[in-house]
Amino acid sequence: MKPLRLGLQGLILGIAAFFILGPVVNLALWAVAEQWFFPHKLPLVYGFKYWETVFRPTGNAVGSLVTSILIALWTVVACLAVSIPAGYALARRSLPFRALLMLAFLLPQAFPSVAVYINVARIFYSLGLNGTIAGVVLVHTVHALVYSVWITTAAFAAVDRDLESAARDLGAAPLRVFMTVTLPLAAPGVIASAIFVFLESLDEFTGTYFVGVPDVTTLPLLMFNASMQGNYQIASITALILLVPSIAFMLVVERFLKADVLAKVGA
Amino acid sequence: MTENRLTNLLLVAPALLLVVGLFLYPLGYSVAGAFLTKDGRGTLEGFLNVYQLYSTDILFTVVIIGIATILVGLASVAIGGFLVLGTSPVLVGFLKWLYRWPLFIPFVVAGQCMRAFLAKNGLMNNTFVSLGLIEPLQAQSLLDWRGVIIAFVWKQTAFAALLVAGAMAALDRSTIEAAQDMGASRPRILVEIIVPQIRQTLAVTLVLSFVTMLSVLSVPMMVGSGTPTMITVDMAFRINSYGDYTTANALGLVSMVLAGSVAWIYLRHSLREGQPR
Repeated sequence: MKPLRLGLQGLILGIAAFFILGPVVNLALWAVAEQWFFPHKLPLVYGFKYWETVFRPTGNAVGSLVTSILIALWTVVACLAVSIPAGYALARRSLPFRALLMLAFLLPQAFPSVAVYINVARIFYSLGLNGTIAGVVLVHTVHALVYSVWITTAAFAAVDRDLESAARDLGAAPLRVFMTVTLPLAAPGVIASAIFVFLESLDEFTGTYFVGVPDVTTLPLLMFNASMQGNYQIASITALILLVPSIAFMLVVERFLKADVLAKVGA
Repeated sequence: MTENRLTNLLLVAPALLLVVGLFLYPLGYSVAGAFLTKDGRGTLEGFLNVYQLYSTDILFTVVIIGIATILVGLASVAIGGFLVLGTSPVLVGFLKWLYRWPLFIPFVVAGQCMRAFLAKNGLMNNTFVSLGLIEPLQAQSLLDWRGVIIAFVWKQTAFAALLVAGAMAALDRSTIEAAQDMGASRPRILVEIIVPQIRQTLAVTLVLSFVTMLSVLSVPMMVGSGTPTMITVDMAFRINSYGDYTTANALGLVSMVLAGSVAWIYLRHSLREGQPR
């Protein structure tokens, strides 16, 4: 009875593995397929011909990659610049309607966003921000704020208050206490929030689709366009490039996002 | 002290201003835009268009996301249950490693994965043919409403299972063990003992999943070819092809009402149970 049951569980997990990993494997196959057409079950010719096309200096991909990373870095800067003071205040100071304030940062994620983005694009158009890096950074920033504000708030809340009062007792001014005690202790959580913001921006599609046109082409947009034109190799290679930072950062994020901070997120 | 409060508010103000200026203001703009023509006169034409042209698509959207949400719920409960009740450490460890994969994959990449995997000549059909499960001629492309559901469930289950499994792992194990001692089967323990205790988490997870899937533009564009289609695609079409903000905003209002009503059902339900969150 026991081996039979284990075998059955193994079979079910095997089927689950097929459906979870199959699409990713198929993507990887397309990335190294030089020729693949019906009715062949596997690519006829393997190779990296299309990788050269993608990475050619004159190709769009390198430009899009640079654009994407530039936008993601600026988004991190913008998010941290407003979230570090906000997170500190939300964690340590008394604020009226604190719960409502916290909720406000969740709203951009919790609402059907297409309707908002088309109107952001319309407003940006009149301001000359459409199709600019700055415009896309602003849209990404608002979308990612929930991560930076909530996680930095949790990070500051997890800092031991006694250490701050000890520094204060030794005569350090509040700003100095913040810069030399509070901020360094909260740094791992702040870095974790920066990672989430970076990924959120790197992977963002809908906002860029409406606000970035026609001049800003990030990697997700390049991938989408290649896919819709039926160029599966280019689309798959671009998709794989997008997956690298996602997986790499997710592997290291646990190092920065400690349990004591994690438990306080959203609280 | 009052001055201190002002400083505190000033610290939050820049972040809050971003939300107000780049989310709440466009949101208001969207709601107002649904009732205004291009030159700013009041109209109900947008809603007339929505009713005449997009009734089917609205129904289609609700059905697709409804089915996907139910499947996400079932799958995440099954995964969480296996992780909590599984007896083989190897299989439990394998599932723990396996189910998180799509979590790291953006929707737009998930769309591309599915375009390849579910195609007529995709890896899924090819595997089925190789295993002798179907004849080559029976292979059919799933790149339509079925593909959209599969892509949504594939991507969103990872997120839902993460929350659901976390809540299940935090449960007090004594009731589970007591039921086990009394000889209850594991599926029964899952349905009758574990799920009732985590239903709050499950409900929040499913509401979030519903709203997330309602906002996704890339997957229905890439996977769900043909008509009917989802209203996010219709909104993009009204803008890109006609510059018709009135109808697009009216559709946007419909999507907000859909998201809002799901949240409302959830809130009413949890209020009735006397445990609002």
